[in-house]
Amino acid sequence: MTKAKIKKDHLKLIFDRLKTSHRIIGPKVEGNVIVLAEIADLRDIPAGCKEQQGRGTYRLGKNSSQLSVASSQIFSFSVGPDSFKRFMSPPVRENFAFKKSKKGISISQNSSQVREISTAFIGMRACDIAALRLLDKVFLEGPVKDAGYDSLRRNSLIVGINCLYPGDNCFCSSMDTGPVIRDGFDMAVTELDDSFLLEIGTVRGREILNGLPIDEVSDKDLSEKVSKIEKCKKMIKKSIKVSELPWLIYRNLEHPRWADVAGRCLACGNCTQVCPTCFCNSSYDNLQLSGISKKLPELSGARIRTWDSCFSTNFARVHGGNFRPSRRARYRQWMSHKLAYWIDQFGSPGCVGCGRCITWCPVGIDITQELEALHAR
Amino acid sequence: MKRPRIGVFKFTSCDGCQLTILNMEDEILDILELFDIAYFREATDKPLRGQFDISIVEGSISTDWQKEDIVDIRERSRHLITIGACATSGGLQALRNWASLSSYKKHVYPSPDMITALSTSTPISDHVYVDYELWGCPINKDALSETLISFLIGKRPGIPRYSLCMECKRHGIPCILVSNGEPCLGPITKAGCGALCTSFERPCYGCFGPKDDANIESLMRYFHNLGLTQKDCISLLDKMNSYAYRKVRIEGSK
Ligand code: SF4
Ligand code: SF4
Ligand code: SF4
Ligand code: SF4
Repeated sequence: MTKAKIKKDHLKLIFDRLKTSHRIIGPKVEGNVIVLAEIADLRDIPAGCKEQQGRGTYRLGKNSSQLSVASSQIFSFSVGPDSFKRFMSPPVRENFAFKKSKKGISISQNSSQVREISTAFIGMRACDIAALRLLDKVFLEGPVKDAGYDSLRRNSLIVGINCLYPGDNCFCSSMDTGPVIRDGFDMAVTELDDSFLLEIGTVRGREILNGLPIDEVSDKDLSEKVSKIEKCKKMIKKSIKVSELPWLIYRNLEHPRWADVAGRCLACGNCTQVCPTCFCNSSYDNLQLSGISKKLPELSGARIRTWDSCFSTNFARVHGGNFRPSRRARYRQWMSHKLAYWIDQFGSPGCVGCGRCITWCPVGIDITQELEALHAR
Repeated sequence: MKRPRIGVFKFTSCDGCQLTILNMEDEILDILELFDIAYFREATDKPLRGQFDISIVEGSISTDWQKEDIVDIRERSRHLITIGACATSGGLQALRNWASLSSYKKHVYPSPDMITALSTSTPISDHVYVDYELWGCPINKDALSETLISFLIGKRPGIPRYSLCMECKRHGIPCILVSNGEPCLGPITKAGCGALCTSFERPCYGCFGPKDDANIESLMRYFHNLGLTQKDCISLLDKMNSYAYRKVRIEGSK
């Protein structure tokens, strides 16, 4: 069995089944925004909500009928500011605790940090899954494996949702990462008019359905999926010409547009924090006064890793200062890494086209426009 | 180890930052064990005497005699650290830097003639060399203990210089500027408060002062597009760090 169908109100059965063995992370409304958080009840999912996203704006609409979404639709909304990076590579993480004395340094791993409890991520979009596969390259396929990421990743179950209503800033179709989920899932869900089409990617994905009332999938269901996804693709407004990468950037490293964007960019780092593939972090030693003995050098503390950003002036600071002192240099570094150096480094662009950086930039800087502007002489 | 001698000094300020030291209930015994608090008028009546390894200075310079006192303190100090918006950027009282002193005096005091003050309120760093600044109104106590620890073990304090937005995002706080059009100063303000206001859905009003390389003009242009007048924009900046924000804004537009 690789495909199955369930009735719309049987989604609860899957949810309840998952809940017995998993912590469930999924979309939920907080403030006026759909975030990702632990969800206790299927009703936490903002069924029928649709947001309007613009450059630097996000407005959540609670009434689907005003927002041209089919009224029975549950997964009508698109991605919010959070990506699954928040859970796989958490914003603040203790790497180890240490104790230093005259005899030397002893190091201990805080075992509660390494979560062994399985987590089910529900509602992951094609772009999110593509982003996770990029993070795998960074954290798992280099010379050293990131142990924390590895254990979180191995204990995760991915229930993806095929997008039928893209966000206003989405451009996955041009990055070839969405809107349809092709791989990297345990289960992929498509919301049809009166049922859910389930595609099974792994044994674990199949096990979820054991004993649940499922129906056969017909050719009509499959063609409904295809036509719905085609409709979604047509609604995607933005794009990047990947065929021009990386050279459009390499040929224009001194383009006047970089100074122009530096005039608008706040170097606030929001774009990097919401980006599902930005992986940069910094480590520091957290010491408490109580951990310091009068008999120096005896001290104890913990090495903490936090998200950081190439927009912070301290991030690329080496002896003598930051070698990218201007906002112009730092914006150029960010975009060039995403759309050019990544290709050399990891074999594909580092952008999956989710549009988060466009929506959550306080001054609405749009990566697709900034790239396009490099064409102008 | 001989305990380093600390002096805590106050200029024009509300004492809130010194109170932060007294409020470090969990750490105060450790501080007393590791340091010799040799001068701290808010807590002890020890007289001012001798040299200090670390001087912690609160408050801005707003009278003639303070200009002399701060030079004396600098000469007694191996390291001088300023704490709080008053000491690092002139404080709320620096609003008079953009107005006339006599009109302020008339409005505030029944007998304005009795007040001797400079026509400006300025940060300590405008007068003497400052080794390290802790911004905030009031400062964050963890930043102070980090600074004291750094002094003891000879490292650079790990105090953020990036934007408050970074802290907001780490905490997973939904952005009220983007989702609600609130004029939040987070993108141009230093992190360090723990995203206190934004976690209560209040826009940041900048008590940690301008972050490194703050692009104030761009954010003000954006607020203007949201419908704020130029005057509204300036009054957003004109709080306890008015002097610093205005200075950075002018320097940034050069
Ligand atoms: S660069 Fe922007 S659009 Fe691309 S993956 Fe990151 S947040 Fe999404
Ligand atoms: S970028 Fe594509 S896959 Fe991602 S949310 Fe938008 S439409 Fe869905
Ligand atoms: S591009 Fe936007 S979000 Fe990114 S650092 Fe600049 S102003 Fe902030
Ligand atoms: S709420 Fe304010 S501080 Fe937080 S991310 Fe938004 S603009 Fe930045």
